[in-house]
Amino acid sequence: MKMRMRQAIAQAIADEMRADPTVMLMGEDIAEAEGPFKTSEGLLAEFGPLRVRDTPISEMGFCGAALGAAATGLRPIVEIMFIEFIGVALDMVTTEAAKFRYLSGGQYTAPLVVRASTGAGLGFGAQHSQTLESWFTSCPGLKVVVPSGSRTAYGLMRSAIRDPDPVVVLESRTLYAEREETVTGEEGVIPLGVGEVLRTGGDATVVSIGQMVGRAAQAIGQAGISADLIDLRTLVPWDRGLVEASVARTGRLVVVEESPYTGGWGTDVAAHVASSCFASLRAPVVRITCPDVPVPYPAHLEQVYLPSVDGIARAITHVVETGTRPVPWWEKEGLVR
Amino acid sequence: MMTPRERRAALADPVACLERMMEIRSFEDRIKELFAEGVVHGTTHTCQGQEAVSVGIAKVLEPADQVCCTYRGHGHALALGLTLDAVLGEIMGRTTGAVGGVGGSMHLCDRSVGLLPTSAIVGAGIPIAVGAALASSMTGDGSVALALFGDGATNIGAFHEGLNLAAIWRLPVVFVCENNVYGEYSRFDRTTPIEDLAERGRAYAIPSEIVDGQSLDAVVGAVEHAVERARAGGGPTFLECKTYRYSGHSRADAATYRPEGELDRWLARDPLSLYAQQLVGLGVLDDAKVAALRKAVDDRVNECVERTKAAEPATVESMFRNVGGR
Ligand SMILES: Cc1ncc(C[n+]2csc(CCOP(=O)(O)OP(=O)(O)O)c2C)c(N)n1
Ligand SMILES: [Mg+2]
Repeated sequence: MKMRMRQAIAQAIADEMRADPTVMLMGEDIAEAEGPFKTSEGLLAEFGPLRVRDTPISEMGFCGAALGAAATGLRPIVEIMFIEFIGVALDMVTTEAAKFRYLSGGQYTAPLVVRASTGAGLGFGAQHSQTLESWFTSCPGLKVVVPSGSRTAYGLMRSAIRDPDPVVVLESRTLYAEREETVTGEEGVIPLGVGEVLRTGGDATVVSIGQMVGRAAQAIGQAGISADLIDLRTLVPWDRGLVEASVARTGRLVVVEESPYTGGWGTDVAAHVASSCFASLRAPVVRITCPDVPVPYPAHLEQVYLPSVDGIARAITHVVETGTRPVPWWEKEGLVR
Repeated sequence: MMTPRERRAALADPVACLERMMEIRSFEDRIKELFAEGVVHGTTHTCQGQEAVSVGIAKVLEPADQVCCTYRGHGHALALGLTLDAVLGEIMGRTTGAVGGVGGSMHLCDRSVGLLPTSAIVGAGIPIAVGAALASSMTGDGSVALALFGDGATNIGAFHEGLNLAAIWRLPVVFVCENNVYGEYSRFDRTTPIEDLAERGRAYAIPSEIVDGQSLDAVVGAVEHAVERARAGGGPTFLECKTYRYSGHSRADAATYRPEGELDRWLARDPLSLYAQQLVGLGVLDDAKVAALRKAVDDRVNECVERTKAAEPATVESMFRNVGGR
């Protein structure tokens, strides 16, 4: 069935709530208002206010409560409206939830899902447009999942809720309204930690996540290059085997990220491939990222900030044709190193 | 055109205070239209109904005093003295904007009138204002800090930690809570178990007062008192200004969750009308003069819109300015 990503998320949560009475949802304006991005449409009506709870603006409070409840019998899902708001609750996620299994010698686990909207493109400005994956990927004890549309949002959300450990689900805000053919029910469940090859080709391996997957696909088409496109889907643990096997065949890796050049999630993929696939590489490993600046507010600059289809196409073509690093636009223009 | 400091100084005159409230109202109404027309993208949070708080605090504070406010900050900024062009320029992403157009509607700032960068994170400004008061207490510069925030912000940790710090360190800071009844789509009584937030200030042994946020004089009186206390070394004050947000939370919100008749009850105590009536009653103005003021303000806002539409969009180069960390 074709559905919007926000509907797929609500449906995945509903399906898990039907199957497991311990699943519950908390967040700001998620119950009566059905979510600021309408990702919990219909849930209050079906499951009632005990399992679908509006909270005050108290992220630390409800993330902590979700953890306590997760450790002692429930499977809470918390919604963080914009990923930046996790800043006021980070202790509960990265320092507490992520360490519960370890620091209890396995006696306690925290089957908790933290969902948040991320990313640029809608004019929300510097404090409401980041992706921040690496805040979580660099924190052992957490799984990190990033859907690229409604199909993966449905399948990954169901697995995230079932997972015995804390899972952070980062949802590209621009995709909420996008429609995609989506398989629901058990068949639609997508295991965590498994990437997906969306197209195949011999000249390069292009790896991406979230809203950049669509742009990367368009760019490969536009450049007329034969490339594997891998949607990683899970960043922790990421599917090393799938990427290694592809690079072994193509000899080139291009990572397309909506993250800053410094410290983006792709640095890990690039570093791993550069060392473990060294012998297969025919060209330097390439990351296409955003510049190291806060997300600008105006629409025209936001589009400059994000990797564009044209920019991705040019960079892939460059590395395939010349075997050298495509210099990012901001370096070329001398704006920053 | 007047500078921000001149605009600030003008508020010594009651008529200028009325005019500034009208300016904020007219500006916010126009902003809603501009977003609806699609001229501006992103989101915006307007403050129609809350103008008396903005102008009241600006009238009392000195430009050297430091203010933290929020994403619902157009009114505060205009009251403190920022020009229409600086605020609209920022909202429309123009180089003429308060921070060059890269910040947008939620991010205004002007050091010349003590407006620290406004935050889009609920509660963030509260401890930051406490820090500005800490600096004042250590340098002895005599300035006061003031934090503006909403009812919803009193449920976040930063509020509680900030108030406690200010109390134990007896800092010159004024906490102004604009209780506009809603935090996003949630009515305040659904998220908060007490009726008067002033109680929360008292829990930290901070002198706390409930203020009629629709009355400019009431706000001015309460802020004067608080600022005097702060400057005299008497420590923080908490003011709960009871007010109302006429519009929805943000541009996307039609505010259908409000009980029938609630908006009308508040409109009956509109801060602009109340203050205009007061000045007419005192013989300072008559109805014709009030109408003329309104017309002049609307014209000024419209001219600013035209100028800003024609202004230069923020440049790619400006994305790379003032980043720091390199
Ligand atoms: C830490 C954090 N959580 C949630 C939000 C989303 N949010 C923005 S404004 C708002 C409501 C704030 O209500 P209130 O403090 O009453 O201020 P008002 O908007 O009414 O002026 C919420 C929940 C945010 N910006 N920051
Ligand atoms: Mg409020």
